[in-house]
Amino acid sequence: MLWKTTEYAAWGNVHKAKGQIARPERAATLERILAEAPAPAFGNRRSYGDSPLNDGGRAIDMTRMDKIIGFDPATGVVEAEAGVTLAELIRLFAAKGWIPAVVPGTGFATIGGAIANDVHGKNHHVDGSFGAHVLAITLQSAGKRVTATPERLKTLFRATLGGIGQTGVIVSAKLQMKRIPGAAMRVSERRIMSWKDHIDALEGSTATYAVSWIDAQAKGATMGRGILEEAELTDATPPGPSRAKSVPVAIGLFSNSLFARAFNEVYFRRVPEAGRTSVKRLEEFFFPLDKVHAMNRLYGKGGFHQFQCVVPPDQTEALGQMMSKIARSGLGSPLAVLKRMGPFRAGMLSFPTEGYTLAVDFPNRTRAVKLIEELEAMTAAAGGRLYLAKDSLAPGDTIKAMYPEWQAWAREAAKADPDGDLMTNMVRRLDLRTAAETTQ
Amino acid sequence: MTQQMNQTWIILGATSSMARAFGRAVAEQGAHVLIAGRDMDDLRGAAVDLTARGAASAQAVRFDAHDPATFAPIIDAALAQDGLINAAVFVGSMPPQAEIDADPALIDGVVVDSYTGPAKFLQALAPHMEARAGGTVVGVGSVAGDRGRIGNYVYGSAKAGFATYLSGLRNRLTRSGGHVVTVKPGFVDTAMTWGIEGMFLVAPPSKVAEDILRAVEKRRDVIYTPFFWRYIMLIIRSIPERLFKKLSV
Repeated sequence: MLWKTTEYAAWGNVHKAKGQIARPERAATLERILAEAPAPAFGNRRSYGDSPLNDGGRAIDMTRMDKIIGFDPATGVVEAEAGVTLAELIRLFAAKGWIPAVVPGTGFATIGGAIANDVHGKNHHVDGSFGAHVLAITLQSAGKRVTATPERLKTLFRATLGGIGQTGVIVSAKLQMKRIPGAAMRVSERRIMSWKDHIDALEGSTATYAVSWIDAQAKGATMGRGILEEAELTDATPPGPSRAKSVPVAIGLFSNSLFARAFNEVYFRRVPEAGRTSVKRLEEFFFPLDKVHAMNRLYGKGGFHQFQCVVPPDQTEALGQMMSKIARSGLGSPLAVLKRMGPFRAGMLSFPTEGYTLAVDFPNRTRAVKLIEELEAMTAAAGGRLYLAKDSLAPGDTIKAMYPEWQAWAREAAKADPDGDLMTNMVRRLDLRTAAETTQ
Repeated sequence: MTQQMNQTWIILGATSSMARAFGRAVAEQGAHVLIAGRDMDDLRGAAVDLTARGAASAQAVRFDAHDPATFAPIIDAALAQDGLINAAVFVGSMPPQAEIDADPALIDGVVVDSYTGPAKFLQALAPHMEARAGGTVVGVGSVAGDRGRIGNYVYGSAKAGFATYLSGLRNRLTRSGGHVVTVKPGFVDTAMTWGIEGMFLVAPPSKVAEDILRAVEKRRDVIYTPFFWRYIMLIIRSIPERLFKKLSV
């Protein structure tokens, strides 16, 4: 059958949607669906909030549109359908000396999702966001197919990068991959003892890949402690892959603050005081959590939120205050990350901007929701912004104020999708598209 | 890694997701792949995909079970390569039983798609496989062929006929060093089963492809995939007809 009526959610598993989903396997089927009833598309639903959901309506699952449609081993340019995952690109091309220039923390993200959220990785300060390496995007809407590039239809191109799927269904894209000396990473890890040390260490880091795990439970003098991870690509031989594990049932361990504190203590001490250097497989370095399948079940059935903000470089004190607040609440899960971002921005609604980004997971509880709302207000006051791929709580006005180009974006989305067929729960919640004409 | 090098695989019905997954599995092992079906746009895209994934070569060719004139060019393309020739048959069609009840003429189409079309093709290919003294045929049947059931017995009977044909072909090809693997998939997560109620233990196509390739390498005769369908079907087959005729399983 073409349409399947089902309940579905995104990675955070808080918001659920019910509706009809089509999962085309061929271009001809996709074209037919879009000609009859245009609907928003999603990939592996690894964004956290409500951006891939269309409650009560239809949606298109693009994961079976997963062909490589062109590859040049000399230049590293690959063209692929939107449902190809970034882990698959690494699996297929790393041995030939190429990998995607930017990958986020999960390899299950698809090319379509990476474009629609203009994702970033541990190398943003050097290589920019995913969008910096996209050479062309092919979009399909009812009856027409267009290809946008940085030169041709460039407004559409910029509206599509980070444009949460509102400018047409992304069917394929051409990417410039990055040349690698070998399929491994040389990774150095060292303990960082405080917030101030953390900022200094990230500021002083010269590594191509740099990211910090931060202990979201550490208070007082140890507030902001963590492990700084710096890495470079290498031709050294990594150890073989370890077996994938799976979380069989929703057990809620990460929602328990006692567990979180104990876990963080062990996790912090696993790196010796003098630091350590090791060679890791690319997948292990880029996607450390992917080998635990369904790890979102660690937050229990109620699901979880991820708060992620970026604040300008001169706002590290404000960010420190946010971190203190999180630590005092005791609600932060072991999954917390701090990173320096570079200035590169690709799309009108792209999240990355120069400064520091902090991401922390919270179990879905009333107290945590209230805390996140406070953190959002603090982000706004610091002149920062929130990440649409993670958000499911922010008010529309807050988001609009953080993205100065949103009106131009909304006009471009209206041009590509005049009837609003591609609108999702997120777009409706934030009212991102309806105000476009009145503000023109 | 290199087990399928210097081998050619003809894949009939190559646009289905199970066939696509199997094509990728042999491509990654370096085989020459001929992908055959009716949607030439999709097949041409798939040929690029298989090449990027490691196929020694990949070519889109037209195959229509209802049009025997499409058979010879496929066999010629396979003969153009040295080494063993293999074929995997993923074709078949399953209109809803209610449509067949309303229009019994539909039975002809089901039988051609699921049995006589591929059987004619394999019959034409067999002498060439014998001449090259080896090669494997993978025939994808269905658990529906194990017993006639009210919900899909026309499709089931065509698949049962095909399964018996494969058994005979195995008997023939084994004399020249060739082999036939009969595959009986249970519920697989494909466009065919998408949205159908009552599906359980649905397997991803990639898992089925892995099972098939392992069966080819180990020269297994008949496999159920996923494996537990062997036991489910053992139970279904052992229900006495006197009782079975009253059930709607």
